[in-house]
Amino acid sequence: MPFDARQDRMEINVSGLTKVFGDGPSAVTAIKNADLTMERGEFVSLLGPSGCGKTTLLRIVAGLESPTEGTVEIRGNAVWNGTRRSAAATRPVSMMFQEARLFPWFTVVENVALPLRVAGVGRKERTERATEICETVGLREFLHHRPNALSGGMRQRASLARALVTEPQLLLLDEPFGALDAMTRDALNIELMDVCARANVTTILVTHSIAEAAFLSDRVVVLAPRPARITAMIDMPFDRPRGLDLQQSMAFQKMVGELRHKLSEGE
Amino acid sequence: MPERTLKIALPAISVCLFLIGWSLYVRTAEVSAFVLPPPEAILVALIEMVQTRELWDHALVTITEAVSGFLIAVALGISLGFIMARIPPVEWAAKPFIVLLQLIPKIALAPLFILWFGFGLESKIVIAAALAFFPVFSNALQAFKSVEPGDKDVFTILQANPVQRFYLLDVPSALPVILTGTEVAVVLAMIGAIVGEFIGGNEGLGYLAVAHLQNLAVPELFAVIVVLAMVGLLLYTLIGRLRQSFSAWHVSSETA
Repeated sequence: MPFDARQDRMEINVSGLTKVFGDGPSAVTAIKNADLTMERGEFVSLLGPSGCGKTTLLRIVAGLESPTEGTVEIRGNAVWNGTRRSAAATRPVSMMFQEARLFPWFTVVENVALPLRVAGVGRKERTERATEICETVGLREFLHHRPNALSGGMRQRASLARALVTEPQLLLLDEPFGALDAMTRDALNIELMDVCARANVTTILVTHSIAEAAFLSDRVVVLAPRPARITAMIDMPFDRPRGLDLQQSMAFQKMVGELRHKLSEGE
Repeated sequence: MPERTLKIALPAISVCLFLIGWSLYVRTAEVSAFVLPPPEAILVALIEMVQTRELWDHALVTITEAVSGFLIAVALGISLGFIMARIPPVEWAAKPFIVLLQLIPKIALAPLFILWFGFGLESKIVIAAALAFFPVFSNALQAFKSVEPGDKDVFTILQANPVQRFYLLDVPSALPVILTGTEVAVVLAMIGAIVGEFIGGNEGLGYLAVAHLQNLAVPELFAVIVVLAMVGLLLYTLIGRLRQSFSAWHVSSETA
């Protein structure tokens, strides 16, 4: 039975994943032969310099980009069938981008309710659920503001609320807080860890910040460019819940040093 | 004086000075009233005309033609723009015709439309639509093409169907640019209707202008031009207001 139990906890299975953009002499290999498995509820960071294929890997899992070779499965369902994405496999997936990607023709609460609207949830129910989730991420006073009236940090809060409103099983984050100042970023990372732990969502974060990856993750996947590939996977053995003071500890500093070393090895 | 007061007072003063200058020039230089009547004569003619039913009937005809042509142009321009933005091969196939349409002075087609659609309302509506179509179409094509790829990704993740994408993403994204096109289009539709009336038929302000010309009723001719300007201003203002109310968020996103 232990084997079955493990199968049951399996959330993501990436196998032999390769993506080549273009063809002929101008072809660029964005990611080569990547393998990755994740358990339910796990928080994994893809860490590497630009050009290492981390965003491409995430976009293939999200169903935004088709793989050239290899397979991606979410709970046993193949995301890609050739170049056709499977709607069923990617239904429980939410994604956040570097930009908040809120729509200026909707208010904050309408933006947050958008995934429910698309899913056919009625106006009353979706507004209630969106309002509730907005309040948990600190947007109570901004429900009826236009996104343009918000600060960068508040916009990303709204974007996070929109990603969570559907109660996703899998959360894909493409450097969502990369453009924010350090303080806002710390605050949002703490909140992100909170909601991920509470809802037991499986999370993949793309980042080029070593400290951010070490602080948030159960496991860090290190990627290197030229050719873009996975070079290491390292567990982050820190107890949860984690606070910002963790970053001051020796063990954390040592881990950051090790990750930096792994990153430079791949160069 | 505060800037706001000046912004209202100065245009009023400059218009008054212009009218006074005009009047003085006509009197002192002894310009023939057949060439250039003094503004007060035009005003008298205008006051007499607005009291007749005739003027309003003609104005209504012109407005009907211009607005119908404009609406046809908007409907066609937006749908063709969307189809071509969505299905590039359609745009490639239509490209020679689009370029040709751009190059022909469309007003030159007016006599042809009279030939095909007769001397009634229909031919004027077609001419108005032909002139108004292009700015709506080209703005719509550009606007639908330039929907942000990142925004499309959001809708892909949400698994929105094509209809939801159209009314929740494509239309609101493109609307400000399309409405800018319609501001140009409404003026062109007005021109189309008037030119159509010049060429043939016996209704509309364009016809009325030609009729006054043939009778050498010059102050009345000027009065018709004033009315035409007013109608044009009315339509343009209406569309402008519409654009402002629809795209308030767009303006604020640029200034944010």
